[in-house]
Amino acid sequence: MPALMESVAIADWFREAANWVFLLIALPTVFGAWRTVSSNNIVRAVLYLVVALAGTAAMFLILGAAFIGLTVVLVYIGAVIILFLIGIMITRAPLGVEAKLSHGREARLSAALLSFILFAVIMWAVADAFGMSKIQPFEPTATADIANLLFDRFLIPFEVVSLVLLAALIGGIVLARRDDIGRDEPGGEG
Amino acid sequence: MMHRIFASTSQVLLAAGEEGSQATEGGYGTLVPGITSGPLVEWAWLIIVVPLIAAFVIAFWGKKLPMQGWEVAWGSMGFVAIYGTVLFVVNATTGIVYEGAVEIAKIGDFTLEWGWMVDGLSIMMYFLIGVVGFLVFTYAKSYMKDDVRYTWFFVSFSLFAGGMLVLVAAPNLIQLIVGWELVGVASYLLIAHYWEDYANVDAGNKAFMVNKIADIGLFLGVIIMAVSVGSFRFSDIIDVVVRGEEGMLSQYAFWAGLLIFIGAMGKSAQFPFHVWLPDAMAGPTPVSALMHAATMVTAGVYLLGRLFPFYLDVDGLFAGDVRNIIVVVGGVTLLLSGFLAIVQNDIKKVLAYSTVSQLGYMVAAMGAGAYTAGLFHLFTHAFFKALLFLGAGAVIHAVHSNNMSDMGGLRKKMPITFWTFIIGTLALIGIFPFAGFFSKDEILASVRYAGGSGQDAANFILVLGIAGAFITALYMTRVVALTFFGKYRGHAEPHEAPRMMTYPLIGLAFFAAVAGWINVPGVYTGFTTWLATRDPLTGMGDHHPESFDWLLVFIVTLVVLAAVAIGWWLYGRDADTRAERDTFRIPVLWPLFENLYYIDEFYMRGIVRPTMGPIARVVLWWDMHVVDGVVNLVGLGSVGLAKSVRSFDQNVVDGIFNEAGAVIGGAGSILRRSFTGRIQQYAAFSFVGVVIIVVVSIIL
Amino acid sequence: MTIIQFILVGSALFALGIYGVITRRNAVLVLASVELMLAGVNVNLVAFNVYLQDPILSGQIFVLFIIGLAAAEVAIGIAIILMIFRNRQSADVADLNLMKG
Repeated sequence: MPALMESVAIADWFREAANWVFLLIALPTVFGAWRTVSSNNIVRAVLYLVVALAGTAAMFLILGAAFIGLTVVLVYIGAVIILFLIGIMITRAPLGVEAKLSHGREARLSAALLSFILFAVIMWAVADAFGMSKIQPFEPTATADIANLLFDRFLIPFEVVSLVLLAALIGGIVLARRDDIGRDEPGGEG
Repeated sequence: MMHRIFASTSQVLLAAGEEGSQATEGGYGTLVPGITSGPLVEWAWLIIVVPLIAAFVIAFWGKKLPMQGWEVAWGSMGFVAIYGTVLFVVNATTGIVYEGAVEIAKIGDFTLEWGWMVDGLSIMMYFLIGVVGFLVFTYAKSYMKDDVRYTWFFVSFSLFAGGMLVLVAAPNLIQLIVGWELVGVASYLLIAHYWEDYANVDAGNKAFMVNKIADIGLFLGVIIMAVSVGSFRFSDIIDVVVRGEEGMLSQYAFWAGLLIFIGAMGKSAQFPFHVWLPDAMAGPTPVSALMHAATMVTAGVYLLGRLFPFYLDVDGLFAGDVRNIIVVVGGVTLLLSGFLAIVQNDIKKVLAYSTVSQLGYMVAAMGAGAYTAGLFHLFTHAFFKALLFLGAGAVIHAVHSNNMSDMGGLRKKMPITFWTFIIGTLALIGIFPFAGFFSKDEILASVRYAGGSGQDAANFILVLGIAGAFITALYMTRVVALTFFGKYRGHAEPHEAPRMMTYPLIGLAFFAAVAGWINVPGVYTGFTTWLATRDPLTGMGDHHPESFDWLLVFIVTLVVLAAVAIGWWLYGRDADTRAERDTFRIPVLWPLFENLYYIDEFYMRGIVRPTMGPIARVVLWWDMHVVDGVVNLVGLGSVGLAKSVRSFDQNVVDGIFNEAGAVIGGAGSILRRSFTGRIQQYAAFSFVGVVIIVVVSIIL
Repeated sequence: MTIIQFILVGSALFALGIYGVITRRNAVLVLASVELMLAGVNVNLVAFNVYLQDPILSGQIFVLFIIGLAAAEVAIGIAIILMIFRNRQSADVADLNLMKG
């Protein structure tokens, strides 16, 4: 792919306006992700997850994948986050600042080391293979194209995913349902 | 004259207009179409689907039905029996060759199909499974009456029937494997039906494991064959063989043939894979009758029949050499398991070893290139062996014991069981005019012919076959004498079985008596033509005797009568006293027989334990060194883990010299320390693994 | 725009997700960290899909499947956490050591 491997100098990169938009999105995204895993307030952590996910949605929009971006907004920010908040609410997690949300300092340091090594390895591999190669100009993806592929070539996986969702729906109900009949639960809350 | 066309004329091919070109090639004779379309064959898929639906229905609603789901299973088998009989009769009068197929998926060049063959071979199996299955299901209603898992029993049993029909209907190797595994699962479930007793669970596991090991051969063989032909369909494979095409298939034919035969050896319990079948008698008796005597265990023989032209190999390009191995395996099996049948005390085990022995006959016939003879014995054996098992079941039901030392003198108390059992015995040992006489004689004649026409191994097997006939007669005389003659030695109050059990016995006895008459050399050889899936004139290209091989008939009958006389002299004269002493003991051989040639012991001590030991050690080493190393690297290592490294070092030095069992036990106690129960630690380990894999793959 | 800038963000999200999975004690937050990892993977997939100009959009469609499965995963995950909380009165992962040998 010689055409794809056209490289950009770092200085030129900053001259492009689209890249400033990118930075405007990327920095809050990573910041949100960082606060999600480090915040000591559980509700804030989940709300920072919203920031990170909204950042990825915006990034999909930059990449012309509008349908994916909007799906992320709808599914993640609309539904999944609500689930998380309900989960927190029901499990009566302490809502204020709570030091016990994470493991101790030693575990945090080693986890940071591990995730940094993984990050470095991935970036090393990608930089080695692609360097600063440019993304060629592209047309935004038409939703109709996705729909056509989804219901033609990817029909069977699509149906399988729908079955998995159905199973998850039923499984969620079965798991979360209170089975009080014939059982005494002394510790259960009212 | 019966009418046939090529088995390969599926609807698809007919539509493509390729029928003519295929029908003329190969030089297998002139072809006249019989029934190749129409509702009778196009709706034959119902045969497969109905028992599977029945299994489903019983599983979900069986307990709510008035007869606990039995009626659904029974009705579905009745349907199969009727449809199978109709097909059998129509095939006998008009001839049917049809191959239906539904395309399930297409991936590149590979098409996944679900289909149903309706040709001589499949129709014979439909008829067999339907009729024997129907009678056995009838019998099972009253035999299983007080069973705790009555409904579940019929779920598994219907699942088996469906799986077996999927197997015999399969027009391609993929569907065959699906059916093959379905019956394997059903077999496992039914052997371990009384799972409260751990020995039965062990028997189920053993059957499953032994079959799995053999299945590796089947899978590899199927892959080699499908890759070299470029298709999983039997008709495509057979076409390559019939055309005598040199190419990839002829290049790898020996290995493909051998590996597929190894799969067949597992299912058909051939030496040395026979060990699972006697243990499988832990299941209820109807299961033994239908699965482990009449149908499932014949799947291997059926597979050899389905691929018969490939093994017969008239052009000398394909798996002809494998037949020498097949005939020897069959011959060895029939003799060795016959010996084991003489020493068993459990009546079902005698019949189980007898089944192994008879399967040996069938396999030997296939190895000798005698398609009709092998499948004819399959056909007759299904009736008389199912009959013998059901008869044994009736006896067990009456005396509440499997052991012949608790039986005796039942001739007067259970007359119907006695007489039907006698008919089954006469059929099994091959007394004129019962079914086994014709089929066994045809096998021996074919083996003799094969020996005379250049297959040297067959000459040797002929001797084994005649010796096998002697042994068969001997152990069956022993069973009859110890069970039905002499004095009653048991404790329960024996009584004739209820009618629901005796009617199936009578039905099977009828077939055991007359089934042989459909293929009498020189008189009436309908079966030969009914069975041919390819050619009406030469059948499958195998040899058919013009008349009886009178010398062989004479010798075999003499040998059998001598065996009956000797058997009677040993066990029958004063059966009540003889049985307890069981005097017929040869010093060196007897311990060998009683310990089943030490084969099971060899498997346990020689294979299972030595492999488990080193594997345990390797796993131990890996977990301790690699996992611990990772732990230290990440810094999550705790004092407990450091200790476990130390204790590992101490233990491994001892452990290597310790007995394998001790190592496994020790391993558990050491390993548990690395299982801290902290999920996140495990997650960290797996991420470290990801890093290592990525780094290694980049560097390489 | 270059490909590496998107990969940078994607793998940053992934690495932070791993950090969260390992260090968080609250089960809900562990699940949130898993979502973060999946988001990183999604960015990566879409970026490469655009970069390679895939005519059948496999990257984007794969992301759709991931989103669908992630939704199922969260639903089940929260339900399981609920069950555990009911039985043990805690959503702390450190308390879940039944698998301890």
